[in-house]
Amino acid sequence: MKMPLKWAQDYAKFTCTPAEFADKMTMSGSKVETYESEADTIKNVVIGQIKTLEKHPDSDHLWICAVDVGSEVIQIVTGAQNLKVGDVCPVALHGAKLPGGKEIKRGKLRGVESNGMLCGIDELGLTLHDFPNAIEDGIFVLDFEAPLGADATEALGMNDIAFEFEITPNRPDCLSVRGLAREAAATFGVPFEDHVPKVPAGKGDVHSLLKVKVEASDICSRYSAAIVENVRIKPSPQWMRERLRLSGVRPINNIVDITNYVMLEYGHPMHAFDFAYVNGGSITVRRAKAGEEIVTLDGTQRALTPDMMVIADEKGPVAIAGVMGGEYSGVYDTTNRIVFEAACFDGPSVRATSKKLGLRTESSGRFEKGLNPENAAPALHRALELVALLDAGDIVAGIVDDYPAPRLPREIPFNPGAINRLLGIELTEQQMVDILLPLGFGIQGGTITVPSSRYDVARDCDIAEEVARFVGYNKIPSTVMVGAATARPTARQTFTRTLCTALTGYGFWESETFSFYSPKSFDMINLPQNSPLRGAVKILNPLGEDTSIMRTTALPSMLEVVARNWASRNEEAALFEQATEYLPAENSDNLPQENQKIVLAAYGANWGYSALKGTVEGLLHTAGIAGFEVEANTEGTTYHPGRCANIYVQVPVANAPPVRALVATLGEIHPAVTANYGIKPRVVAADISLDVLFAVRGGTPEFTPLPKFPATTRDLALVANLEVPAATIAGRIQAAAGKNLESLTLFDVYTGEKIASGKKSLAYSLVLRGKNATLTDQDADHAVAKVLKSLAEIGVELRS
Amino acid sequence: MKQALETIRQQAETLVGAAQNEQELEALRIRFLGKKGELTAILKQMGGLAAEERPVIGALANQVRENIEEMIKTKAGQLQSAALNARLAGETIDVTLPGKLPAQGGRHPFQKVLGELEEIFLGMGFDVVTGPEVEYDKYNFTMLRMPPSHPSRDTQDTFYITENILLRTQTSPMQVRTMLEQKPPIRIICPGRVYRSDEVDATHSPIFHQIEGLVVDKGITFTDLKGTLDVFIKQLYGQEIKTRFRPHHFAYTEPSAEMDMSCFKCGGKGCPLCKGEGWIEILGCGMVHPEVLENCGIDPKVYSGFAFGVGLERITMMRYGLDDMRLLYENDLRFLRQF
Repeated sequence: MKMPLKWAQDYAKFTCTPAEFADKMTMSGSKVETYESEADTIKNVVIGQIKTLEKHPDSDHLWICAVDVGSEVIQIVTGAQNLKVGDVCPVALHGAKLPGGKEIKRGKLRGVESNGMLCGIDELGLTLHDFPNAIEDGIFVLDFEAPLGADATEALGMNDIAFEFEITPNRPDCLSVRGLAREAAATFGVPFEDHVPKVPAGKGDVHSLLKVKVEASDICSRYSAAIVENVRIKPSPQWMRERLRLSGVRPINNIVDITNYVMLEYGHPMHAFDFAYVNGGSITVRRAKAGEEIVTLDGTQRALTPDMMVIADEKGPVAIAGVMGGEYSGVYDTTNRIVFEAACFDGPSVRATSKKLGLRTESSGRFEKGLNPENAAPALHRALELVALLDAGDIVAGIVDDYPAPRLPREIPFNPGAINRLLGIELTEQQMVDILLPLGFGIQGGTITVPSSRYDVARDCDIAEEVARFVGYNKIPSTVMVGAATARPTARQTFTRTLCTALTGYGFWESETFSFYSPKSFDMINLPQNSPLRGAVKILNPLGEDTSIMRTTALPSMLEVVARNWASRNEEAALFEQATEYLPAENSDNLPQENQKIVLAAYGANWGYSALKGTVEGLLHTAGIAGFEVEANTEGTTYHPGRCANIYVQVPVANAPPVRALVATLGEIHPAVTANYGIKPRVVAADISLDVLFAVRGGTPEFTPLPKFPATTRDLALVANLEVPAATIAGRIQAAAGKNLESLTLFDVYTGEKIASGKKSLAYSLVLRGKNATLTDQDADHAVAKVLKSLAEIGVELRS
Repeated sequence: MKQALETIRQQAETLVGAAQNEQELEALRIRFLGKKGELTAILKQMGGLAAEERPVIGALANQVRENIEEMIKTKAGQLQSAALNARLAGETIDVTLPGKLPAQGGRHPFQKVLGELEEIFLGMGFDVVTGPEVEYDKYNFTMLRMPPSHPSRDTQDTFYITENILLRTQTSPMQVRTMLEQKPPIRIICPGRVYRSDEVDATHSPIFHQIEGLVVDKGITFTDLKGTLDVFIKQLYGQEIKTRFRPHHFAYTEPSAEMDMSCFKCGGKGCPLCKGEGWIEILGCGMVHPEVLENCGIDPKVYSGFAFGVGLERITMMRYGLDDMRLLYENDLRFLRQF
């Protein structure tokens, strides 16, 4: 909402600097975003008169003028062709400043001295809408009297300041000069001087010309209308054009300008239309009929549906109620008789219509917030008053006013104790009364009567806000809450943080990516067509396809980050994200399941499958998980089929056997997938379920006494078929060596010419230790023999 | 014999003093003190001495032995020390060569700042709660006094999944969920991702992070709201920071406010960061609307509370002097490594 300061001062005689006004209004609740004084952008431009006009000797289009600027006559060279001696126009003197930062300096034009510039309207930041008698390409020759030498901004009425307010949706009353003036009056402690429009007595009787029927009374609480005859369409006066312009509204003609002026002043949208095109002289406010159409003022043909409210004549709709009028019945130069309408349409209904048509107007934006029906007739009266003032036509006596159920004044109990309790202050009842009365509240016998314009006020807390903002939010003290405060991170929060810290210790950098992506992301990771992960949660109104579904796997997000880093010429990268994945519920009325993952990826000289697996094992260790199974995953299309593993854990279930669950998939990304992303090096990645990890996390470790007896070490060089997994061999060794096996380390793996083809050599170191006595060589040999016997069953033998 | 012992002592003194290394020294020890050494050879001749001379010569011989042992010990010490010094001298390196860093990783700037905020609020007795991002309309809007036709919804352009399910536009639904599940006293903050249909640019993102806070208890007042948020900002930016509160409107709080903090960069004098105003808008807050309490089964005659919401992006960007939000979601290592 843009408001010219002087307009508000019609209603409240406060005096202050623009900065003070902005600050105090902001602190009392009407936030000023910016303010702009036109006079500040135009300096040293005065009114001058052309005394002589001569052709420039060295030019066929330049003129040399002698210009009387009040205090002196100066010489100016101009290229304009619309001047004659005696014309009065704005003159930018030496050192003048014009909108857009342009500065005028004296100089010479083809050898002739020029001491300034004669201005056109565009050079003053104006348009033909502001001064309809000016011309576009030429000097702005004034069509009204102005003293020579006077400051041009003063003479042109450009000496007001426009304040731009941020008005919150609960205060539609402040989308008006009157509403803001009332706030300003209360803020500055001056009386609010309301103006009651005086409508001159008209001729005839509006009721004999116009019949109004409100059929849709559930969504139209009031419909007021008046008629003006012998309309004299012309530009509105300069003061009105100036105020409209400063309010950001383009002046059109006197009738249209009056509707806009009243809307700005009273906050109530008005509509004017040509009575000649109201068939049958009757207006019905009703819901549209199926199949009805209208061409709106913007020239667009619009199909209407029965949930939309229209103003209709006998033949059909002439306006979409509260949104936009019809082109056919618009006000044009030929219009003779007009209808002024000030109605109160239901906010949600107008909002739904406007949304459905994709047509938001100043009017619909105001109705949406819920307007005050009590305001409709005063607005209409004000319009008629302005018609008389501007001599824009002849008023037909009376107004039609369909208002079957007037808005009753809202009464709420006045409860100073509750207000003080909520605010934590101690104000007397009288202090509160002194704040509330200037805002238009009535108070009598413990009851507050809320002004009809303030339907946002309904209970104690609303009154408390009124009191607080005029006490001053910053005059209210600050206190420390009483009561014991105990808080700590949950086990899950601490767990997650520990894992993230571990990952940063392993050299991983945390990333944050969008939770939605394109359905094409599934193709990018070569996800099989029948994968359930392709069934994602879809956004009904996405910004675009690229952000249209909620991710079911965070791997594409991570690979995009990897691709970006590779494209940025980062030679090596290790990244992780705590990512949420969204799996649709079976019943779409339920919320999707949101799974928490840790996704990591790395590439570069130090990163391969082994380093990745070490990282994942490190995380499992950090999570306190000892028992897990690793299996090759050879079915992957996203991962390299020969370099991918799944890790499983046993998840405990109350009163039931544990359930085997996948906790992580890890491996090298399939070269076809990295190619899709334009990534050249090998990339390793892991997808780890934080939920499963947390479910099987280890508790507080229990102390194991340090060993009292020496250990015995046995190294075994084994030969196995290539396809026997190391995990299987290790499992057999652990099982066969028994409880004295303290640790098992694989310290060498060999394939090559020193060994038969199809075979591999694995070298293990077994550390054996007795708990209660030193192991003898025989004990150790016995354990090794059992190990070898077990290994022989799967064809694994000692290397000879 | 006396003479002979003295000669041995003198010889030993000369030779030990001249020894170049530990091997030579060992050879000298064997020569003079060994079982077949010179001193032993002399002592073997003791039998031929007169009885009264024996103790005298014996004492002298012992003295010579001790002298020589001492000489060798001292010399050995000198040789070891010289050898160590020689080794150390040979091992000198250029200590100004670049170090070899272990692998470095780090948290995302969001998480660093979020961690700090969580610490501050945990210290003030606020638990940290999180919840679903895909949320029911009723928790995100309707129960917070924003029914389907409410104009406040226009300020939060919403992504819908179905008619009744949406991507939460704020973390306030967690306030509702918490109040439905937990009776007062309540002190929580709810950090998390929120979604609004804004195109990506330097200051907008369709996904961003919010931290909402909620306090509900007996006797909570507007002065408590002010005091708590003032402490929070001072903890985050320093004791010298001032706060001010401006009236505002949120559907689910009444009275409502926006809080500004004095500019931490210029101290309130006015600078580009605060656009010359000396104040920076930092959060929205207010007293929980009694209707919201009623919607959650809490009696507003007994309990009152306050709520606030702060944007993590804004705080993170101000903290590190970022001017483009997009960098936070691009995750370029050249960016991440800076924090």
